[in-house]
Amino acid sequence: MSSLLTDQTTRPGTLGTNASRPDGVAKVQGGFAFSSDMWADNMLWGATLRSPHPYARIVSIDVTAAWALPGVETVITADDVPGKPTYGLIVQDQPVFAPVGGFVRYAGEPIAAVAADHPETCKRALAAIKVEYEVLQPVTDPEACISGVAAQIHPDGNIFRHQRIVCGDPDIVGDIQVEGTYQVGMQDQAFLGLEAALAIPDPGSAGVELYIATQWLHEDRKQIAECLSLPEDKVRLVLGGVGGAFGAREDISLQVHTCLLALRTGRPVRIAYGREESFYGHVHRHPAQIWMRHHADRSGKIVKVESRMVFDGGAYCSTSPAVLINGITHTQGPYKCDNAIVDGWAVRTNNPPCGAMRGFGVVQACFAHESQMEKLASILGMSPVDVRLVNAMETGDKLITGQVMDSVAPVAQCIQETADIPMPPPLDPNANELSVPGGTGLTALPSNIRRGVGWGVSIKNLMYSEGFDDYSTARCRMDNGIVTLKFATSEVGQGFTMLAQQIARTILGVDEVLLDTIDTQVGSAGSTSASRQTWMSGGAVDAACRAVLSDLLDHAASSRSLDRHSLTIEGTDVVDSSTGLRHPVAEIARGVAFDRTEEYHHPATEDLDENGQGNCHVAFAFVAHRAVVDVDPDLGLVKVVQIATAQDIGRALNPLSVQGQIEGGIAQGLGLAVMEEIVVADGKVRNPSFTDYLLPTFLDAPDVDIRLIEEWEPKSPLGAKGVGEPPCISVTPAIANAIRDAVGKELPRVPVRPYDICL
Amino acid sequence: MKTNDVPTTPTPLNEQYSLRVNGRDLPVQDAWIGESLLYVLRERLGLPGAKGACEQGECGSCTVIMDGSAVCSCLVLAASATDSEILTVEGLGPDGSLTDVQQAFLSAGGVQCGFCTPGFIVAVHHLLDENPSPTDLEIKEALSGNICRCTGYGRILEAVRIVAEQRSQES
Repeated sequence: MSSLLTDQTTRPGTLGTNASRPDGVAKVQGGFAFSSDMWADNMLWGATLRSPHPYARIVSIDVTAAWALPGVETVITADDVPGKPTYGLIVQDQPVFAPVGGFVRYAGEPIAAVAADHPETCKRALAAIKVEYEVLQPVTDPEACISGVAAQIHPDGNIFRHQRIVCGDPDIVGDIQVEGTYQVGMQDQAFLGLEAALAIPDPGSAGVELYIATQWLHEDRKQIAECLSLPEDKVRLVLGGVGGAFGAREDISLQVHTCLLALRTGRPVRIAYGREESFYGHVHRHPAQIWMRHHADRSGKIVKVESRMVFDGGAYCSTSPAVLINGITHTQGPYKCDNAIVDGWAVRTNNPPCGAMRGFGVVQACFAHESQMEKLASILGMSPVDVRLVNAMETGDKLITGQVMDSVAPVAQCIQETADIPMPPPLDPNANELSVPGGTGLTALPSNIRRGVGWGVSIKNLMYSEGFDDYSTARCRMDNGIVTLKFATSEVGQGFTMLAQQIARTILGVDEVLLDTIDTQVGSAGSTSASRQTWMSGGAVDAACRAVLSDLLDHAASSRSLDRHSLTIEGTDVVDSSTGLRHPVAEIARGVAFDRTEEYHHPATEDLDENGQGNCHVAFAFVAHRAVVDVDPDLGLVKVVQIATAQDIGRALNPLSVQGQIEGGIAQGLGLAVMEEIVVADGKVRNPSFTDYLLPTFLDAPDVDIRLIEEWEPKSPLGAKGVGEPPCISVTPAIANAIRDAVGKELPRVPVRPYDICL
Repeated sequence: MKTNDVPTTPTPLNEQYSLRVNGRDLPVQDAWIGESLLYVLRERLGLPGAKGACEQGECGSCTVIMDGSAVCSCLVLAASATDSEILTVEGLGPDGSLTDVQQAFLSAGGVQCGFCTPGFIVAVHHLLDENPSPTDLEIKEALSGNICRCTGYGRILEAVRIVAEQRSQES
């Protein structure tokens, strides 16, 4: 059912308008309370001791000296965890603290935590804890896990998941073949708002309230309660202001530690990570190695795709099995393909744990298939646009999993509209030095700079997959005409709170919509991830508002003797279509109250069988990117000049927000293309700081020219598709392809480093 | 990991001094001498607008104006700032009103998660005070010390252009 049936106007703040963010004023004034700003009377600071070794057995832990320091209130270790000693999103294989006699499996694994009167006291207490390690040789090579030569580093083994896809005729051979082996480096989400939480114990430590920046309050609560051995209703979570997420807040980090310290001391405790600790404290994007071979006929049509994908999941499972499935099921990209054979592995090593990051496995697959498309175009003498158009997927096509594409699939339109976007002017030989590769100092000779153009097109699944019912819940109350919405949807910056108000204003004909606290006092909303909240929580808010609307119209009919079936909402009026008379909603709603809670569930999906066949995904979105780059081939420096993009969004519920998501996603994809990588050597992160982990700055950001492809998605409750992930997926290979075009090198890995270009 | 390098002497919390922030003299009591200006503003003076995101002057989230210069407050020792005039995001729009820069960030869509926003707002005020009609490149250069992870900077650029244009029409 559509939400615009009743309101096609552009009343301010309704769907389709650039409504104001409810958190906007507080955010520009500095008063918005992020989780790191939470404070309570009598509060202590908490801090975490972490392993310096990627793999070691803990022989002993001596906390005596830490306890003795003035200002230290408690020191806790694995012995102090009252409930389940491990946690995890899919498999609970990660210890709350590594125990004596047990193992640390990555550099940065928590061993103990302290609570004290000052952050500096905490640091000194951590330094006073004596841990004796038996240092072991870390397993860092994913291939050694697959072949079985690596030592088993966890009782669950070193393989998180192995899955094949066999589709059509695996032995068919195409006239043209192109192949390559591609690598994607480990990217960090690098949200700005560091991990932080405030835990407040109930009297007698019978329960705990946790203010936390997270993507999914209810999943956190489930895992925390198990570790604390408390019933879930004794663990109440409230969303602290979230300073970005991008996947890094899906897993437990400091939640259990903070609650344990508060319950142990009987006092509020805040833990706030610094940037270095944040690099150890959350999962990253999986580094991957992908071999791919495409078979095509002489017209460029893909005949078969073969691939082998290896994702390094690091020490603990997190979401590795789901990331793997996303990777392999997107092997074909946004292209028709009848035959495929794919072999995918996600493995455990002593490298940093990896899990969710914007794009979730599809980023890695897309870098490989879009690198391949460029090779295919080259060997056939076709343009990058034509080779993609000839293969462009359409609604009704069968995917390599056997699933039929039943989403709107405007792939050709995305490509064509992107191609129609004007190219930027050529490089001015007298350009300001800030606008050429290398920037200030004019390190590049303008006459040596080479310009390149590259393409990337992608497909991305929306919502959770493989049979998971990631429903969402919303409550709508209308009391004397005042509408209040309640949901547990994490607002991480994407603007869901704004969208929820837009939905309520549109459906209920009111201008003011209040938002209740985002916490666990209402049903689950599922995670703010997988580009799913506009669809899922938008669907739940839509349903709750429609239920209240129905009650309101019932009341209007009965209290004023109107024909119920003639009543609709137009603007801020209830309109009787039989008479044309209008009754302001505010008048109809006076003196009455309605309260409805609704869940939204997407259609059920299936597991994959042993050949990777099954309807495992809910829906898909598409996007095309064209990158223009300037490259200094002598120093290997790149300036991304322009990104042109057309994105399949269903419908723009808030055009300015869509633009912000697209521009922000492009910047993250640019980061992976040319600068962002967690460098790991022998299991240790070598660059855990913003000095050494490079993020795109204002000067690195390209001009972005956007076309929105708005074709209503019939399966979506609001007609809209999620827009968060697609922008960051194919922009990375588009930029890599543009650099290849400029310098004529294969460049099989991202990020493309200066020495990859110039040596 | 560097925690093992820290000496294990207790932390004396007995320093007293005052800072001049947003035009007011604010006493700081029972402090540790090693605290940064960012920490004291946030944890002792009730001014959480400046944010900590890198602790090494790379991201600009903690930007404040100190004696007319934009500085990273995470890199300033609070006890060394006793003779300085400090302006934080909380002191920009008196009486809760929005400045033109704050208004433009909202209307242009320059705010998503908002964590970088206070630092950007302070840095943009400083930029436009120094250079009322910057070119796009000058805007990008001046703000390249402020990291934003959400927006890709496009809407922030638009916000700065809006304010520069408004101010040029007013003057």
